[in-house]
Amino acid sequence: MIEVRWHGRGGQGVVTSSELLAQAALKEGKYVYHAPEFGPERRGAPVRAFTRIDDEEIEQHFGIYEPDIVVVIDPTLQSETSYILQGLKKGGVLVLNAKKPHKLLVEEAKEINAEIWYVDAYSIAMEIFGRPFYNTPMLGALVKARELVKLESIFEAVKDRFAARGEEIVENNIKAIKQAYSEVKKYEY
Amino acid sequence: MSTIVKGRRIGLNGDRAVAYAVKQADVDVISAYPITPQTIIVEALAEYVNNGELNAAFIPVESEHTALSAAVGASLAGARVFTATASQGLALMYEILWIAAGLRTTIVMALGNRAFSPNINIHCSHDDAYAARDTGWIQFFAENVQEAYDLTLQAFRISEDKRVLFPSIVNLDGFILTHSLEGLYVLDDKDVKDFLPPKDPVNPIDPESPKTYGPLDLYDWYIEHKRQQAEHFNNTLPIIEEVFNEYYELAGRKYTPVKTYGMEDAEVAIVVLGSSAGSVRYVAKRLRRRGRKVGVVSLTLFRPLPVEEIIEVLSSVKVVAVMDRSYSFGSPGAPLFLDINAALSNAKERPLLFNVIYGLGGRDLTPDHILAIYDRAEDIARSGEVKERQIWVGVRG
Repeated sequence: MIEVRWHGRGGQGVVTSSELLAQAALKEGKYVYHAPEFGPERRGAPVRAFTRIDDEEIEQHFGIYEPDIVVVIDPTLQSETSYILQGLKKGGVLVLNAKKPHKLLVEEAKEINAEIWYVDAYSIAMEIFGRPFYNTPMLGALVKARELVKLESIFEAVKDRFAARGEEIVENNIKAIKQAYSEVKKYEY
Repeated sequence: MSTIVKGRRIGLNGDRAVAYAVKQADVDVISAYPITPQTIIVEALAEYVNNGELNAAFIPVESEHTALSAAVGASLAGARVFTATASQGLALMYEILWIAAGLRTTIVMALGNRAFSPNINIHCSHDDAYAARDTGWIQFFAENVQEAYDLTLQAFRISEDKRVLFPSIVNLDGFILTHSLEGLYVLDDKDVKDFLPPKDPVNPIDPESPKTYGPLDLYDWYIEHKRQQAEHFNNTLPIIEEVFNEYYELAGRKYTPVKTYGMEDAEVAIVVLGSSAGSVRYVAKRLRRRGRKVGVVSLTLFRPLPVEEIIEVLSSVKVVAVMDRSYSFGSPGAPLFLDINAALSNAKERPLLFNVIYGLGGRDLTPDHILAIYDRAEDIARSGEVKERQIWVGVRG
């Protein structure tokens, strides 16, 4: 079983990303659980979402406390190191939306042998959408770091989700995901 | 639950899975209060009606009291009726809950279980389900999104069966199921139509032949009518099981009033409702791998309480931990604990029982909490003594 925790802020599409990952895994016949964390719903407030993926039926409904992977969608949350790294398994994976990883985060991630992957999803989003829709590209970065699902399955989930909003939205999302997939880098300690 | 299935597998959260079932059930009337603590269920249904995917009258009302009152009228007029609510909304419906049941309506209600105020919480407790326990509604508890969908379809069929004619509540844990997405198999519309033919109402409202529902009924007859209602209600269990079996034939998923894991040789049993059942089973499986004889009993059917099945599975174990996601002030136990005790009261063999209060207001039930419950039960099994009848888990000191 793989457990993923997503970090971002209200309005950035944290929940959408987690759901798209779950839908993509479902398309591959896997079992999934996707749960948004609900507090007061405010734009800009830190938000988390959780995804469980397994080859077997997922029975448990408790929260995810020791994720295998943490994805940070919001570039300004990086310095909240203890919040982001909380419970991340030793040797786990950290996927960041960042031009480069924050020094403090690198130091602390090293202590638990976490792999860091980073991509400037903000610039990708601005280039493709002209707006900071950097949640979907982070799916491309995640899939490069760990192939939880095939990129093709993510595209299928994106089509289902955005088809009603027009061909261009779908194509742009797929383009952004592909670009993040190819641009994401593993940080060398 | 069997995995031989018919239909297609999609990903939906609990709210949308229930709404999808209601759409396939082709309801005639949806009557609901659309604002907090309402869930997305009725919002999804409003979309279906608006898109023309569901030909139903959607009545947005100004309160849950009116939501259920309108549902009662529509159901008595012969319509297939759905409503949904949660926590305070259910509380505001309370007066009409009794009327809906006593007048033998066939309303199906989804209850996204949430905590009662104060303080304002909106997360999961079973306060609302328990508040409805004595009112004469059939009550189901879904453990996951698949069950929320399946039970909603089955609830219509059960409520409308002429040997039943009682309204049903399908409970699904607030947020844990209502807002979380899982994969589920959904049936083809045609299969649902075969399983759930149009409602054939009994004594519906008819302007050509006026009649009175729920008239003045004093000490000369009231108690006979209540006795009659009680007998009918308590006799619904075999019909519920019959419908469960028919659904199994159709969908390949087998429902039973009581769901058990590991009870063949269990010495310790944990009894639980709703989405926590899977979590408890998950931990019980770990314990079993280490040789602990633990079993899990979850009730899919809460009302009528499947008493005989409870006696059968629980009477021979040493210790039973009954988990309640609610609290009953001043009572020796919360509602499920009282129920299980009462069910076992005249059994030849009787386990030692204790009550666990957990998860109020959405407090997560973690594996550690479940292990703590098991440890307590194991201590009691060893010592033969229950020192505390009721414990709380997951509470900060």
